Amino acid sequence: MTQPKTIVEKIWDQHVVHQEKGKPDLLYIDLHLIHEVTSPQAFEGLRMNGRSVRRPERTYATMDHNVPTRERHIIKDAVSKKQMETLKQNCDEFGIPLADIDHPDQGIVHVIGPELGLTQPGKTIVCGDSHTSTHGAFGALAFGIGTSEVEHVLATQTLWQASPKTLNIKVNGELGTGVTAKDLILAVIGKYGVRFGTGYVIEYTGDAVRSLTMEQRMTVCNMSIEAGARAGLISPDETTVEYLRGKRHVPEGAAFDEAADEWLALASDEGAVYDHTLEIDASEIEPQVTWGTNPGMCLPVSASVPDPAEATSDNKRAEIEHALNYMDLQPNQPISDIAIEHVFIGSCTNSRISDLQKAAEIVRGKTVHSSITAIVVPGSQSVKLQAEAEGLDVVFKQAGFEWRDAGCSMCLAMNDDVIPPGERCASTSNRNFEGRQGTDARTHLVSPEMAAAAAITGHFTDVRQFTSALQH
Amino acid sequence: MEPIRKHEGLVYPLNRSNVDTDQIIPKQFLKRIERQGFGQFLFYNWRFHHDGTKKEDFSLNQPKYNGASILVAGENFGCGSSREHAPWALEDYGFKVILAPSFADIFFNNCVKNGILAVTLPEEEISQLIQKAENETYHLTADLENQVIYDNEGFKTSFEVNDYQKEMLINGWDDISVTLTHENKIKQYESKKVGV
Repeated sequence: MTQPKTIVEKIWDQHVVHQEKGKPDLLYIDLHLIHEVTSPQAFEGLRMNGRSVRRPERTYATMDHNVPTRERHIIKDAVSKKQMETLKQNCDEFGIPLADIDHPDQGIVHVIGPELGLTQPGKTIVCGDSHTSTHGAFGALAFGIGTSEVEHVLATQTLWQASPKTLNIKVNGELGTGVTAKDLILAVIGKYGVRFGTGYVIEYTGDAVRSLTMEQRMTVCNMSIEAGARAGLISPDETTVEYLRGKRHVPEGAAFDEAADEWLALASDEGAVYDHTLEIDASEIEPQVTWGTNPGMCLPVSASVPDPAEATSDNKRAEIEHALNYMDLQPNQPISDIAIEHVFIGSCTNSRISDLQKAAEIVRGKTVHSSITAIVVPGSQSVKLQAEAEGLDVVFKQAGFEWRDAGCSMCLAMNDDVIPPGERCASTSNRNFEGRQGTDARTHLVSPEMAAAAAITGHFTDVRQFTSALQH
Repeated sequence: MEPIRKHEGLVYPLNRSNVDTDQIIPKQFLKRIERQGFGQFLFYNWRFHHDGTKKEDFSLNQPKYNGASILVAGENFGCGSSREHAPWALEDYGFKVILAPSFADIFFNNCVKNGILAVTLPEEEISQLIQKAENETYHLTADLENQVIYDNEGFKTSFEVNDYQKEMLINGWDDISVTLTHENKIKQYESKKVGV
């Protein structure tokens, strides 16, 4: 009998182009996603060295980081405009398919890859963006790279990679009502911190993971990088196959069934050995809110802000003090007492149709608190259209939300969607770093449901109090 | 890229853990399409007020760290965004060597691609180095060939480095040209597995 293998080992073995003792392996890259911010210097490098793009058809580009989400064609910032024009010129010159700002497929790169069926189980997928881990939800080995590596992949369709260690995060039991995939991944990072995943690829397993939809799985895998992991993935199953059926870039008919069999065979074998395993009980997880300046600084909504006086080391105390100072919070302040001025529903973590549907259920028939500016930014133009077909835009607008076009928007505030200094935002994005949403802006990461609840009440509120909305 | 074999320089201590790449180079500076000129924006929100004036209390702005080329920081340095603008900014500002108890994976790789030597040292040694550099004008030498870091006061420690990365750094190689020496293998792989 052959040795049981993890999905990571199986994908790895299938992609090794060259192996040499004492060196990383040269891996073939099946899909390379690019966007306007981390690609211009890579194309410039190609031109300087007279190199071409080896497999333009395995490369797919979109504009997401910089794009305006309202008044689509008024790009006030000349430098942003230049960056988008540069991507267009580079794609034209090298023959790379591009979903530009006018294209119906435009959206956040990690939303459109899965939506178009470009993302498939067993593929190696890279992008000059750390949240490429999102695509791991399909059982793909997907990770973020720097611009030099973008250039390397453009030129060679390969990457030098040292074989990673594997970490099994087994989530047992079942998430409670009102507790989401976002709460699950925030709770994991809250418990184990922002660096426990360094050097590992995480595989999420267990009953609670199996019962997640594909969109929920993407939310979980998306934030693997916030635990320090290069990638996070989930073995393919029937949920994966059903999501992909009928997607534009997947095979049809008998070829689909054949592909589906191959995908399912990639799942980690019974008895496969991981370098490390952690077990979590899903039923103990509550809706989460971050209070500090990294995603590990996270607590249940029922908790209070930590007291630096109770820190276990000098370093920890200094970290908490620094974070509380930046966030303008008091030790022991109940999290549910924290009032906010902004709500952002969007980002590659939580901007898919189900995220918008869930948030809309909380908001339906209610009004955004008078002190709050709230925006919804769909992850792609196609999510936006579907939401409009379902009337979700009307639900949000009637409640007082702004309804925008697709893009990364306020997750990193490279476009005009910026939180002013000193103001506070409940955000469904993935990073609460200092200045992330604007210089001196304060970010609290939450699920779409929790963001919607906070938009109504004006402060963090356990979404489970919105019981009627949760019964749907 | 510039080869790096041995580097002697002034040490700048940044006694913080989990310094993310958003701090190293904030997003408003990622719109440029060039590789050069990012040093002026390094740690921008820590170094400058909203009006662009210097924050005198931020340590890197202190004259005693002018010309520093070795950065010593807390664990998980470079976490978060994959932006290579972070090592570009560090390099352009003048940092050639970074010492920390641990680095985020993508950032570490990005350093290698830009000729920055990122070295992992035990936490106790990092604390010791940070303390020295906070209290005095402190110089270190990083010798990549012999894999040692030392000062002229008797401190000396060895460090691990992956052979491949060492070779790239010492020779200042562009790894695309190395990879293209394996072009036949890439072709073979493509004809077998992905179609040509």
